[in-house]
Amino acid sequence: MAFENEQIAGIARLARLGLRESELTAYNRDLSRILEMIEAIRGVDAATIEPLAHPLEISARLRADKITETDQRDKFLAIAPSTSAGYYLVPKVIE
Amino acid sequence: MRQGQWETVIGLEIHVQLATRSKLFSGAPTAFGAEPNVQACAIDLGLPGVLPTINGEAVKMAVKFGLAAGATIARHSVFARKNYFYPDLPKGYQISQYELPIVSGGGIEIELDDGARKRINLIRAHLEEDAGKSVHDAFQAMSGIDLNRAGTPLIEIVTAPDLRSAREAVACMRKVHTLIRYLGISDGNMQEGSFRCDANVSLRPAGSTTLGTRTETKNLNSFRFTELAIEHEIERQRELLEVGQAITQETRLYDPERNETRPMRSKEEANDYRYFPDPDLLPLELDPETIETIRRDLPELPDARCGRFLRDYGLSPADSQQLAGARELADYFEAAVAAASGEAKLAANWIMGELTAALNRNNLGIGQCPIDAARLAGLILRIRDRTITGKAGKEVFDAMWESDLEADAIIESRGLRQVTDTGEIAAMVAETVAANPAQAEQYRNSPAEKRVKLIGYFVGQVMKKSRGKADPQQVNDLLRSLLEK
Repeated sequence: MAFENEQIAGIARLARLGLRESELTAYNRDLSRILEMIEAIRGVDAATIEPLAHPLEISARLRADKITETDQRDKFLAIAPSTSAGYYLVPKVIE
Repeated sequence: MRQGQWETVIGLEIHVQLATRSKLFSGAPTAFGAEPNVQACAIDLGLPGVLPTINGEAVKMAVKFGLAAGATIARHSVFARKNYFYPDLPKGYQISQYELPIVSGGGIEIELDDGARKRINLIRAHLEEDAGKSVHDAFQAMSGIDLNRAGTPLIEIVTAPDLRSAREAVACMRKVHTLIRYLGISDGNMQEGSFRCDANVSLRPAGSTTLGTRTETKNLNSFRFTELAIEHEIERQRELLEVGQAITQETRLYDPERNETRPMRSKEEANDYRYFPDPDLLPLELDPETIETIRRDLPELPDARCGRFLRDYGLSPADSQQLAGARELADYFEAAVAAASGEAKLAANWIMGELTAALNRNNLGIGQCPIDAARLAGLILRIRDRTITGKAGKEVFDAMWESDLEADAIIESRGLRQVTDTGEIAAMVAETVAANPAQAEQYRNSPAEKRVKLIGYFVGQVMKKSRGKADPQQVNDLLRSLLEK
């Protein structure tokens, strides 16, 4: 397999996925197979190909700097798990 | 290794909030100080099914900065997702630019403490969206999230590691601040977070050309804190290195209350943002004509204006620098000079002296100055044509500050016209000398070098008698001829 289980745990942490110790090997196997596919792509000579940022060959249309949105705070707050005084509440985060 | 054998290497990442009305990728407003979350729309919240569209004005502002810094403007740039989890980042990623930023290269010049100039190269400046804000103390065991700022356009300006001291870093930050305000692309308000900076600091043995391990100190939101934080960080690293310890590459936070930096817990893991091009956004293409149009519309920049003040108005380098340092101040100065028949030196003195002192006393900016440039010019003209003395000018200035009256009206109503009638002044001089026979005698018996001080006494007496309206030079001349008869 291409990864150490420790690396899988690191990737899971970055993605905020709560993997159990027992699941690491299975995920490792799956991710390694994906990596094998990427390895196959690596074999293609891409030296002369421009990196592609978007499949469509068109560019961004610039929007005018105008306020077009109205305040819909109450609707958005209504679908949040926890709110108070106009704020969304989350478990305490402190630096 | 002894102190002084380390070289400090600093690079800055300066975040400038752009002065657009709407957000970078949505039509929600960006105004500061609104009720929490009333300016965060579905796009800013990252709700499913929304599509970001780029604000053309933000693009134009980024190009303006790039042109002003002599940088390369990318004809083709790409937005990327910078992935990390934090409660004030609703999408789980920040839309930024990574491999192909809109602005690359360029540089700015800073002035060092000894007056020498130094070029600081820029690596890049890219467009990105700001995150929201967390409020930690208002809710029990919970943090409140206000997403009004989420999606506000920023440019992040990244300097090369060309800075060698905290002073240089602050000079660089100030220069960028001056520039963005000249360009009108940001209000630069540091209290409101419109202009803030992260500092990458490392030390290396003097003479070494490889970089030492750096730390990044985040969210420096004043010039003073930036200087203190960097000085603290230099000292902390030096102490570690001198006892042979290694520096840990980490993100640190400056605590102004304790004047120290400490590691940020949330950033303990090495940054791994997994950037990739944002599939929601098409590449940004700029044609050369658009860039040229923006270039033609650039205002005169601070360095050019400072040079012109030096050359055309004959001001000193320090005066030119100070007056050209802020666009509104420079505009005020030039308006005053134009209205005062080109009297630049007096205008500069009054603006940097009385006017700046009065503004500072009242905690006002030049934009809120109760005396406009034309009215100040009215005062300058009366001093120049010797209608009033400089001393009376201060009284007129104070009266102008408190009212809407023109200088001429105040001079007339208060009878402040300088006495130019030689006979009248001569009479006052004679009276003063007659009233002080002992001092007059002492003057006559004194050597030349002591007379200077003694004559000052007489001048003071005569000026008092004239209520400040006599021309001090004329009084001086008359006194000398009378006392030395």
